[in-house]
Amino acid sequence: MTTFELNGRSVSVHSPDDTPLLWVIRDEIGLAGTKFGCGIGFCGACTVHVEGRATRSCITPLGAVAGAKITTIEGLDPQGRHPLQTAWLELQVPQCGYCQSGQIMQAATLLKDYPDPSDRDINAVMAGNVCRCMTYPRIRKAIKLAASRMRGVTHD
Amino acid sequence: MISLSAHGLRGSPDPSRRGFLIAMMGAGVMLGYARSGLTAPASTSPSDLFEPTIWYGIDPSGTVTVNIIRAEMGQHVGTALARIVADELEADWDKVRTVTVDSDPKWGLMVTGGSWSVWQSFPLLSRAGAAGRIALVEEGAKLLGVSSQVCTARNGAVHTKGTSISYGDIVVRGDLRRTFTPEQLQKMPSKPPAERRLIGKEVVALDVPSKVNGTGRYGLDAAVGGMIYARPIIPPTRYGSKVISIDDSAAKRLPGYIRSVVLDDPTATVPGWVVAYAASFSVANRAADLVKVKWQPGETANVSEQDIQQRAAELIADPKGGSLFVENPGVDAVLASAKRKIERTYTTSTLMHFALEPINALAFEKDGIVEIHTGNQWQSSILPVLAKALRRSQDKIVLRSYLLGGAFGRRLDGDYAVGAALASLAIGGKPVKMVCTRADDMRFDCPRSASRQVLRLAWGDGNRVAAMDHHAVAGWPTTTIAPYFLGKDAKGSPYDPFAISGADHWYNVGAHRVRAIRNDLADRTFRSGYLRSVSAGWTSWAVESFIDEAAHEAGVDPVEFRLSLLDGAGGNAGSAPNAVGGAHRQAAVLSRAAQKAGWGRAMPKDVGIGIASTFGQERNMPTWVACAAHVRVDRTNGHVAVEKLTIVIDAGTIIHPDSAAAQVEGAALWGLSTALYEGTEVIRGQPKDTNLDSYRVLRMGEMPELDIEFIPSTETPVGLGEPATTAVAPAIGNAIFAATGARVYHLPIRPEAVLAALRRGR
Repeated sequence: MTTFELNGRSVSVHSPDDTPLLWVIRDEIGLAGTKFGCGIGFCGACTVHVEGRATRSCITPLGAVAGAKITTIEGLDPQGRHPLQTAWLELQVPQCGYCQSGQIMQAATLLKDYPDPSDRDINAVMAGNVCRCMTYPRIRKAIKLAASRMRGVTHD
Repeated sequence: MISLSAHGLRGSPDPSRRGFLIAMMGAGVMLGYARSGLTAPASTSPSDLFEPTIWYGIDPSGTVTVNIIRAEMGQHVGTALARIVADELEADWDKVRTVTVDSDPKWGLMVTGGSWSVWQSFPLLSRAGAAGRIALVEEGAKLLGVSSQVCTARNGAVHTKGTSISYGDIVVRGDLRRTFTPEQLQKMPSKPPAERRLIGKEVVALDVPSKVNGTGRYGLDAAVGGMIYARPIIPPTRYGSKVISIDDSAAKRLPGYIRSVVLDDPTATVPGWVVAYAASFSVANRAADLVKVKWQPGETANVSEQDIQQRAAELIADPKGGSLFVENPGVDAVLASAKRKIERTYTTSTLMHFALEPINALAFEKDGIVEIHTGNQWQSSILPVLAKALRRSQDKIVLRSYLLGGAFGRRLDGDYAVGAALASLAIGGKPVKMVCTRADDMRFDCPRSASRQVLRLAWGDGNRVAAMDHHAVAGWPTTTIAPYFLGKDAKGSPYDPFAISGADHWYNVGAHRVRAIRNDLADRTFRSGYLRSVSAGWTSWAVESFIDEAAHEAGVDPVEFRLSLLDGAGGNAGSAPNAVGGAHRQAAVLSRAAQKAGWGRAMPKDVGIGIASTFGQERNMPTWVACAAHVRVDRTNGHVAVEKLTIVIDAGTIIHPDSAAAQVEGAALWGLSTALYEGTEVIRGQPKDTNLDSYRVLRMGEMPELDIEFIPSTETPVGLGEPATTAVAPAIGNAIFAATGARVYHLPIRPEAVLAALRRGR
């Protein structure tokens, strides 16, 4: 049995240690907001936070997260109103939407590291997140919008 | 030429010839098109009166529910369609809901593709909304005790001096039953554009909120109690592989592994499939890797990309094959006598869909009905196949709809639903969730086949273009997936309109001939598929690269050259309702794009602007597009950096401007991704690249600046999801030439090809 903290709650699961965290979250715990895209960590659809860092859950074995704090899109903000989520909504970022949980989770750690990100910062950090609908222009704009609001909040 | 209505794509029977019924159903009302021939409300149950290809309902709270038959795959189509109804209905948008329906045959043709949805639905939904409004105003006036002449409908209520009654109250207190004859419907005035309150205005698309908080439900998220998982073990060839033996001894050591089964598929949709079942997907996934299957592979086990291209070259060289998609007399005579002519060959590689959600489906049998839960674009095409595969009638099968995690044409082919349903029935109809890994998805894709095109152009007297000859070879998806949509040329020879459209351009080239040829080897090797912008994704590559080269050959500026050919004469004048203005509208987007991009200005060394202009995909519903690509070429390594794409587009009336812009942004970048990065090759009968470790796609940092402009228009709304794709690759190729003098003839444009062209160049 492996125990970890998921979205602020302690959970215990029975999957073998080498089970990818993605399938534990989706199929055993039943949180389906984290998606499966490539299975090799190259697309970013499965991105969650492990101890606050963006992590590809499709290539993270369950055994590696014993005792860790994990956050998924469902737990990013209790009301689903993280500044990134509201920016995403305002700028109508998603098209098919399948990659967007991963994009938002990746962007959330980007903003921790770069509170005022340049295009270059965004390109570098978001390079691992594929969007086949090509919503990249809006993702970039939404990250900047959220960043400006978060800086505003911090400075107030 | 393609006529969609001739192919029955507007739905059958044509709702425009049917009356419209409003009936009380339960506590609410239903509004929809009546069965053909019905003129008065019959005494039978209201549900018998409807042949509801398109309908909506209003409940006692005034909530309007619009049924959506289209797949939600990123285009926010439900929002656009509901707003067409709601605008004419004068509904309160806050009380409008959409329901994505399942595959009940009562909905008529269910297909989401070709950028057709808004174009096909607009007139029907407008009239449906207007009919509802008229009935509500009349009944509301009665309830208010006034003449309907002094009443107006607005925001979900009927208003008259100082008082009003909500639609919900009218539903509760009034009698809305009534019938509109087809003639009344035809005469029903739709609102003048200036009075539209929703169409053309911004709104948060109804599907977006669930896509930022993880609650949107895709096919992969479908679940029922007692469900087990399955992963297919994909055979070495798409067709003809036969299972000789299965050894699952290694898989048996995995806790949770159940068993592996060879699927018996009388339709040969998933021939040679073995599925590994397990209690969880992660175990099914591992088990499938451990199960050793021996196949007798099909005859295409050694086919390569080069073989497919070689076969295409042979087919073009044989003048007897194929069908004449466009045939004006005199092409041969002009070519034979012309003093000046050019000929070029253009090719494209096998191209994968790579929708981010790998194909999957949940299937089970319950009360004699096989339910298939999956995201799909063309339920009507796969239902008959499912019926044959599952050996039961279509009314015993239902496809339930989910969000699609990308489609781009992949989910027009419902072959994966067959695999999932057979996997369930093979173990007694238990709920089985079939999930493909990325590599499975790629190996089982229905790719856009490689293509090969030879084009000739000849000048006559006075440097006038006098003839154009175009021969195109590719796999024909329609032959496999929907043979009833094949076209026929003048001699009765078949062609796939979706493997040639785009070649029937709006340039006045004198005599024009287009010959469409099926690449039989491609079609034996894999199921050719429809891929975003369909054939125009590669026919436009050839036409627009070639026109550019012809302009240079003639010593004329490429924009001026195109404008001189877009004269709108004769058959290129265009006609109502879809192509009012014809070639003149293409000329308008072209001129505007050239102007915006600063066409003609001096550029630094190795930097250039290239231009291309198309009519989107289908001549019968042209979306006028022009693209100017601004590129920088690195001569040392052949690297092409696209710095800016300027797109000007005329799609007629725009229903939802922000979604329209999003579709053009996405389509333009899709065009860039497929121009420079994507594409694979067939090796030993299968695609070489099966995941992102080798299959390159556009990523954030490769995104150029985008400048997109819509031409304001109140013409018929046409397609938006794909057209912008078509002009991007040729604009890039033409820009490479403008920057360096080097011509490229193959998609994708790889650095090696640019280097080779540079060496060949000036």
